[in-house]
Amino acid sequence: MSKQIDIKDLDIFYGDFRAVDGVQMQIKPRSVTAFIGPSGCGKSTVLRTLNRMHEVIPGASVSGEVLMDGNDIYGAGVDPVNVRREVGMVFQRANPFPTMSIKENVLAGVRLNNKRLSKSEADELTERALRGANLWNEVKDRLNLPGSGLSGGQQQRLCIARAIAVEPEVLLMDEPCSALDPISTLAIEDLINDLKDKYTVVIVTHNMQQAARVSDKTAFFNIAGTGKPGKLIEFNETSAIFSNPDKEETENYISGRFG
Amino acid sequence: MPTSTQTTESGPAGHSEPENGQKSGPANGPKPKAVVRPGDRIFSAATLIAGILILLILAGVALFLLAQSKDTIQAQISDPSSITGGNGFLPYVWPLVVGTLISAAIALVVATPFALGIALFTTHMAPRKLAPVLGYVIDLLAAIPSVVYGLWGIALAGNLTSFYLWLSKWFGWIPIFAPAEDGSVSQTGRTLLTASLVLSIMILPIITSLTREIFLQTPRLQEEAALALGATRWEMIRMAVLPFGKSGIVSATMLGLGRALGETMAVAMILSPGLLTASLVVSGNQTIASEIAQNFPEAAGLRLSELITVGLVLFVITLLVNMGARAIVAKTSVKGS
Repeated sequence: MSKQIDIKDLDIFYGDFRAVDGVQMQIKPRSVTAFIGPSGCGKSTVLRTLNRMHEVIPGASVSGEVLMDGNDIYGAGVDPVNVRREVGMVFQRANPFPTMSIKENVLAGVRLNNKRLSKSEADELTERALRGANLWNEVKDRLNLPGSGLSGGQQQRLCIARAIAVEPEVLLMDEPCSALDPISTLAIEDLINDLKDKYTVVIVTHNMQQAARVSDKTAFFNIAGTGKPGKLIEFNETSAIFSNPDKEETENYISGRFG
Repeated sequence: MPTSTQTTESGPAGHSEPENGQKSGPANGPKPKAVVRPGDRIFSAATLIAGILILLILAGVALFLLAQSKDTIQAQISDPSSITGGNGFLPYVWPLVVGTLISAAIALVVATPFALGIALFTTHMAPRKLAPVLGYVIDLLAAIPSVVYGLWGIALAGNLTSFYLWLSKWFGWIPIFAPAEDGSVSQTGRTLLTASLVLSIMILPIITSLTREIFLQTPRLQEEAALALGATRWEMIRMAVLPFGKSGIVSATMLGLGRALGETMAVAMILSPGLLTASLVVSGNQTIASEIAQNFPEAAGLRLSELITVGLVLFVITLLVNMGARAIVAKTSVKGS
């Protein structure tokens, strides 16, 4: 498990509009990489190209390569469905399936991948995934109740459990804590720390302290102005980005000074 | 925002606990008046009038039907043999009720899968340029007058006879496809099955447009949750779109059913009515709406009252169907996030 991601000359388009320009990056396995930058700079867009979720938006396209352990996920004959089964994703707002119980939510992805699960396998997997998401102790007595009855932070951890139940190679998180209170945020951050033992984690965040706390490497994206494409400005060890960035643009952003 | 605070505080307080109202409201009286803008007052009055009006109209229809049914009820009590058929009202109306329910049920069974398929296709499958065109065409189906459907149905009926013959030959052992005693089926094809098939096309647009609107409202986050787990398009529809739309699908179907129950003109034109028979490929059977339409022009006296009583029965059936639909919707609706 856990794959290396190489992004080479990645341009992302919405129709004719060039949203992101020339991203080069190497993301090591078993590490946490944070994407930071102002709104609209394309960091979420880049994240969503890593599991081809941006294709959900009509007219979106990419050029360049995204290699997972050397295999281009945009290569000819690659099924995006298979890519997404290897690259899990957690969204900005928790989105458990409202009609499913907690247990069914955890197993939703697994049931897609291999249809049959014996009851004991299902129970075991549910426990493992929920323990992996630090949620087991809170929900073990109500596995058959709807997932929508949990608190926001618990729902988000349920979504993480759902994503890791399929044992992906990579876990993408798109601002997973932006709708959560500080205590739930802490729970998720602790979890991210545990997750990197097994997965390649990529997280988009608006919270620079969070990036500093959880990530090994940080990528700073910026945008020159409205209608201009977003660009990767600097990609480096997190400690370097926050203490001694190479570029002035990065320094201005992390210190809260602009222009 | 003092206006809104006052309104919300004195609203519930004024109803239940006047003490509270005194404390929280301004100190100039025992029951402080909430500040209401004129616009709000006009709007709430307008909606109230609209609500009352619809109840009055419904009550008026019900009262009219009841009042006009008086003669039939009296005849039923004093001399049941005077009612058409000679055996009282119930034996007269029973076959009509069954015919109506069967035709509406067939129409629903045929139309619903198609409607759901078309709605899913236009919302989630079709190329972006084709989808609106398809939606437009489906909506156009709803605008065709039922007379035209009737004419088309008569033309269709003639072409269906050989199909019915084939059905009765191979599936005649199923009572609904059984041929007549001499092995024949309807020569004209103007049977209840033909009428039901035309009905299904007539209710297709209403079910399609309603379910299409519902499918469009599936939260994007839910769809993406399914896709990000590696769901195919169909699996995404099954995991996110259909569960979310379940209650909406039920109510759309029930509206379609309501239309099928009450459709008059097309059935009256297509169906050559007769006695109640189980088989749908021989001539026979009749629906309530068609019975009224076909007999109303020559009816007078007791016959007229009979037809109106039959209408009352249809009114009650429709009411029951709608109440049932409401109950189902209330039970199956989910709180989407």
